[in-house]
Amino acid sequence: MAGWLIRRTLFAFATAWAISMLSFLVIQIPPGDYVTSYIAQLQSQGTIFTDVEAQALRDLYGLDQPVILQYFRWLGLMAQGNFGVSFEFNRPVLDVIGDRFLLTIVVSVAALLLTWIVALPIGIYSAVKQYSIGDYAFTFIGFIGLAIPGFLLALVLMYFGFVLFDANVGGLFSPEYAQADWSWDKLWDLMQHMPIPALALGLAGTAFLMRIMRANLLDELRKPYVVTARAKGLTNSQAVLKYPVRVALNPFVSIVPFVLRDIVGGSVIVSIVLSLPTLGPILLKSLIAQDSFLAGTIILLLGVITVVGTLISDILLVILDPRIKFKARGG
Amino acid sequence: MATLAAGKRRPLLRVHNLKTYFFPDEGTVRAVDGASFEVCAGQTLGIVGESGCGKSVTARSILRIVEHPGGIVEGEIRYLHRTDGREVELDLAQISADGPEMRQIRGGEIAMIFQEPMTSFSPVHPIGSQIVEAIRLHSPLGKREARERAADLLRQVGISRAEARLNEYAYQLSGGLRQRAMIAMALSAEPRVLIADEPTTALDVTTQAQILDLLRQLQTDLGMAIILITHNLGVVAEMCDTVVVMYLGRVVEEGSVDAIFHNPKHPYTRLLLQSIPSLYSEARVPLPTISGAIPHPYNRPEGCPFHDRCPQFIPGTCDRHVPELQALDEEKSDQLVSCFLYHEPTDERA
Repeated sequence: MAGWLIRRTLFAFATAWAISMLSFLVIQIPPGDYVTSYIAQLQSQGTIFTDVEAQALRDLYGLDQPVILQYFRWLGLMAQGNFGVSFEFNRPVLDVIGDRFLLTIVVSVAALLLTWIVALPIGIYSAVKQYSIGDYAFTFIGFIGLAIPGFLLALVLMYFGFVLFDANVGGLFSPEYAQADWSWDKLWDLMQHMPIPALALGLAGTAFLMRIMRANLLDELRKPYVVTARAKGLTNSQAVLKYPVRVALNPFVSIVPFVLRDIVGGSVIVSIVLSLPTLGPILLKSLIAQDSFLAGTIILLLGVITVVGTLISDILLVILDPRIKFKARGG
Repeated sequence: MATLAAGKRRPLLRVHNLKTYFFPDEGTVRAVDGASFEVCAGQTLGIVGESGCGKSVTARSILRIVEHPGGIVEGEIRYLHRTDGREVELDLAQISADGPEMRQIRGGEIAMIFQEPMTSFSPVHPIGSQIVEAIRLHSPLGKREARERAADLLRQVGISRAEARLNEYAYQLSGGLRQRAMIAMALSAEPRVLIADEPTTALDVTTQAQILDLLRQLQTDLGMAIILITHNLGVVAEMCDTVVVMYLGRVVEEGSVDAIFHNPKHPYTRLLLQSIPSLYSEARVPLPTISGAIPHPYNRPEGCPFHDRCPQFIPGTCDRHVPELQALDEEKSDQLVSCFLYHEPTDERA
């Protein structure tokens, strides 16, 4: 078990490293660099720029060096805790990201929790009462949930939140807390702002997991061990909750990294619509501006979130299913 | 070991005219269509028949665990329920399937073991926790005591290193060990009736013999009644006192194991016995088979369900009237057969 865990963690690091390389390369692929877009922006405002000045800027940031060299320079800086300077914001990358990283995690975890809490009981219900009116209703809602883009749902939720509940919609904080230091009041304010983003980000995943749970459980309900459990004298619901649901949780957990990835990756548009202070909006901005240090750091962070999520779900799977441990030891 | 005198005792379980139908969207499947039999303490009843003849559904009907969309539509399951030191006759077909009495009986007084010992245990729970659960459902034992009892049960069914085995998972045990563990779990509440649904089908021949020996020995020790469901006539001959032969959900013949094997009356029973390969049969002669196939469940033949495969089919009778299970003759009341070769049609259905 310990050996397996160490191996798995090493793999996670290797994956994160590969992500760092890819993310840096991807940013370099578009023609031109930050200076090109910076000059274009200045020229559109009427400033004249000479080639000499442009070259001076490139030299300053080392943009003329080969990509490999730039990458290793970046890696070396990160190892010292220096994530570089954002050209666009003209501030250190860490300052730009600031609370946003934490808030991204908070919003993603909230969306994931909502996904689980809603999808699990509905999935169980739909499987146990297959083809009942309730099952059909949840299936219908589920497909709508899968089909509606998150940003559209966000808009609808904001509208109803504003009209019906007079809620303070948009953002994660009320204006008076937005710039304030962290306090219990600010945390409570954050909680109050959480439902709409969590719902907008989590609905598609909820619908997906609900269908997964239903399908898994339907498979498991037909297994002989359910009959065994009932033949022991358990009631139907005891038998179902203790055995097949437990076995069906397995794929339910293994699917979580993918849902997490969709929540984190798909949050850009929703975050812009809801004006959430998360990583998504500044990622978009930095990509447009070819702000390579900022974009690279954010993509790396998102990748790391996904890798860590996968690692956690793998560990959970081993705890849930003794057979997996056995295979890891044997193979 | 055949105890035919058992017939005079009061039967522990009496099934009469049991009908369990399934109602999927496509139509009605009459899985069990009028099954009757009885079993006494210390006695073994064999239920034989081809796949799909309703053997397993009969067993599940007795335990009231027939899956949706199936249910008992008619008939009685009379069981001598032991409560407060007295015996009360209960009709299991009438009481609530998830009610307290039925849950006390299910697993407590009537236990069941299954064909697939691999999939009959949960793959993600240790064997021990599943046995402990069964013990604690029917007794006030604490966790530690129940665990000790579980280890005792494993030893009783011949599993060595019992304490260590409790922590193992189903996939870590061999097929024979799994079936032993399954039997141990079924015995956890000292049931009075043990239903064994094809207990040896998934095992190799050597292990089969061991499991059958174990069942016989446990029966001698504990005095329970066993209902053995199988399609293996060899197992029946070895194990049973009385035999019920089922075809398409109906009992076609019933009698002592001697009568069924040496003096079969129903054409179906005779054909079944003829189709057993024998050491003494002539070489290079094809094994006799029963012509035709089991009809599709939605397309049962009119009249006697066996008439379109029966070599002694009586036109005008077998395809128009439904035979009833009746004693062969007045004096010999322990062999019953459902065939117009021995009775006149009594019903007026045409």
